[in-house]
Amino acid sequence: MTDRAPRACPDCLRRSWLLALLGPYVEKLATSAPGSRSPELLRLANEDLVAVAAPKVAGQLLARIEALGEEELEQQLAAAGCWACCRHTDLYPVGLRDAADAPWALIARGDPGLLEGLEPFGAVTIVGARRATSYGREIGRDLGRELAAAGLVVVSGLAFGIDACAHRGAVDTGRTIAVLGCGPDVAYPTAHRSLWRRICETDLVISEQPPGAAPWRWTFPARNRIMAALAGMTVVVEAAARSGSLITADLAADLGRDLGAVPGPVNSRASAGPNNLLAGGACVVRDAQDVLDALLGPGARRLDRHGPALDPTLAETLAAVESGAATCDAVATALHLPGPAAAAALARLELLGYLTCSTMGVYTRTMQTPPSGGPPATSAP
Amino acid sequence: MLATARTYTLDGIIARPVRVEVDVHRGLPAFAIVGLPDTAVREARERVRAALVNCGFDFPLQRIVVNLAPASLRKAGPGMDLAIAAALLSASGQLPGTGLADVALAGELALDGATRPIHGALAIAEAAREGGVEAVVVPTENGAEAALAEGIEVLPLDGVSELPALAAGEWRPEPPQPLALRSEPPPGTPDLADLRGQPHLRHSLEVAAAGGHSLLMIGPPGAGKSLAASRLPSILPPLASAEALEVARIASACGRLTDGTASGRPFRAPHHTISAAGLVGGGSPPRPGEITLAHRGVLFLDELCEFPRDALEALRAPLEAGQVSLARASGGRTLPCRFMLVAASNPCPCGRGESDPDCACPHIAVQRYRGRLSGALADRIDILAAVRQPSAEDIGGPPGEPSAAVRERVAAARERQARRLGAGRTNAEMTPGEARECLLSAEAGALLAEFYARQRLSGRAHDRALRLARTIADLAEKETIGAEEMAQALQLRRRDRD
Repeated sequence: MTDRAPRACPDCLRRSWLLALLGPYVEKLATSAPGSRSPELLRLANEDLVAVAAPKVAGQLLARIEALGEEELEQQLAAAGCWACCRHTDLYPVGLRDAADAPWALIARGDPGLLEGLEPFGAVTIVGARRATSYGREIGRDLGRELAAAGLVVVSGLAFGIDACAHRGAVDTGRTIAVLGCGPDVAYPTAHRSLWRRICETDLVISEQPPGAAPWRWTFPARNRIMAALAGMTVVVEAAARSGSLITADLAADLGRDLGAVPGPVNSRASAGPNNLLAGGACVVRDAQDVLDALLGPGARRLDRHGPALDPTLAETLAAVESGAATCDAVATALHLPGPAAAAALARLELLGYLTCSTMGVYTRTMQTPPSGGPPATSAP
Repeated sequence: MLATARTYTLDGIIARPVRVEVDVHRGLPAFAIVGLPDTAVREARERVRAALVNCGFDFPLQRIVVNLAPASLRKAGPGMDLAIAAALLSASGQLPGTGLADVALAGELALDGATRPIHGALAIAEAAREGGVEAVVVPTENGAEAALAEGIEVLPLDGVSELPALAAGEWRPEPPQPLALRSEPPPGTPDLADLRGQPHLRHSLEVAAAGGHSLLMIGPPGAGKSLAASRLPSILPPLASAEALEVARIASACGRLTDGTASGRPFRAPHHTISAAGLVGGGSPPRPGEITLAHRGVLFLDELCEFPRDALEALRAPLEAGQVSLARASGGRTLPCRFMLVAASNPCPCGRGESDPDCACPHIAVQRYRGRLSGALADRIDILAAVRQPSAEDIGGPPGEPSAAVRERVAAARERQARRLGAGRTNAEMTPGEARECLLSAEAGALLAEFYARQRLSGRAHDRALRLARTIADLAEKETIGAEEMAQALQLRRRDRD
């Protein structure tokens, strides 16, 4: 192992390996209430934790962990393409030091530079429902994209729905950290393997669990506490009234972090969680600017949403999309353009960043505005 | 006494020679057919007996054995009735001279001795010509079809009662006129003028037709996807005469040429409950599937996401190769299937599309639904057209440009492709190497490079955009792909991911 690779002390690393061994035991313990029990358990020292979770095999497990030598640990890390840092090293993020139940070591895959000097106000955590609506996914992606573009590190959990959208938005324009409930070399959920690979290559995947560790139900609320502590603000995009995302929000509030929520329709079950948070005094997050204002102070950093200048045809086409024409046919009909001309205009607008196109050929407006006198920066209806 | 006759059995779309040997000798009256006959062939006994008796011939009350050689080949269908009857007449001394040993006979018999049309008369006439036979006797209804095979005399026959005169050389039927193969769509074909408004969909159809690109239409039910697809054959360029013969051969083998329905480019729209065997061909002996019936035409898969997965997977290799090889224990057959794939799908299970506020489909269900679109088959699809409900104004508006005008542009674009790539090849078939050799203007190159970098296109998507741009430039009669064509291609291309 080279000197430049970040290192962690063997004791802290052994803790991670112990957690992986305890996976099934804690799972049994925490089945009744996985959300509330696991962070409490994780405050315990090794001996106490083993005594609570697996009293019958406590001695065996501890002996197995003690038997792991420093070289073996590092070998396992290197074999999985991972590295680690622990609470005794400089690389360990400042935000995590605030938490009493903070992980002893972080096992990571990707660019260590992302953790260097990472302060809570330099990062934002975006969480939300796995079963998100198209509204939630769009907002999640826009927030991810714009906050990453504004220089914040976007933290999320690589789960289905909002998490993946936030990551996808962020990898396009800036930096992102994925916090996993399994080993950082395990792509979970499997459907997000390509996203996971991309984040590993350009950004950072971290976890409390050692390489190869499988996810358990209790490891997700456990990783939520890392997400909540890493960032200065946690934004809930969409969540049902009782949802894992709200655990993250509670944990963030307990740590004294800012809490933001994206308002949604009052009759939408998917927005019940954030709407309740708003009623309880969370910050209203309408767009990335709201997050920047809350995190850094009002007006401290302004988003530059101005795109390149548009010629009259492109401006007309953009206006047509804003007024509800979502497909190429609709644009052509609305503007009485021939089909080819409308297609070319839409492709150019997509390239300039004013529009995005889904795999279904449906166009949506981004937050970007034309240089001057353009339409206000609202997303398409 | 022994007599023989030549006939053919249909195997896929080709005819294989069969020699009918009839032996009549003393013994208890019996009539046996040997040589791997299927049920239809075995039932020829009853048809032949009744036909001969009803035409005033003697049916020998002796032991009759009919052998169909080669004995290892399975014989199928009723097309051997006529040959069996002729050989039987010859063996029982009721035909003068050598009988009809030098001509091939194919036809089904009615109980009154009249001939009935058969499948594959064209293939049989061609096989007879290859086998060095002088003339082929076919039912009257199949005469025009069989006459499409040049270089062999076709003798259309009304009934078994004409056999003695024919064998004696006293009488020859009028040679039939070969069937007029239409290269143009027949009158009454659905016309593109019916598609009102929807300029983008029209443009997508035109580009797809011009470059032979496969097309996927996504839109709510009733938006005109099926209407658009059924108009596609009418804007495809006219069939070359060799191509028209290929289409006729397949139609003939399926018995759809005689009634005159199969002319011009075929349009096949199988229902989504079709099996893999129905789609690519199957059975034993193998029968052509929908993809072979769509040869040189359009295969339209409506509700693509509802098709069984194995049926769609089975399409992949044939799409690439332009032919399908069906291996059976009795040997392999290769059937042609060079078709344009056109597919249509709803945007989500309920059909409204997720951007519609009334759509109640959970995201997971939508993803699962679309998952079927993103399989390996989708990789072969070049163009995505998002179709929307036409407005009242569109529907009440003037008719669109007629097919004939569009077809002219498409034909001109295809000619340019043939000059560049070789006869019969289209832009959709360009190899990646050929695609990257296309002449690009500086702005077009910059546009593609920027899109490639910003949207992180895959290499495949990059080449797909190039092929589409080349087709659009061919339609615009340009040697070099300009920025405008490239922008259009980038919009038309199928998107790999959200």
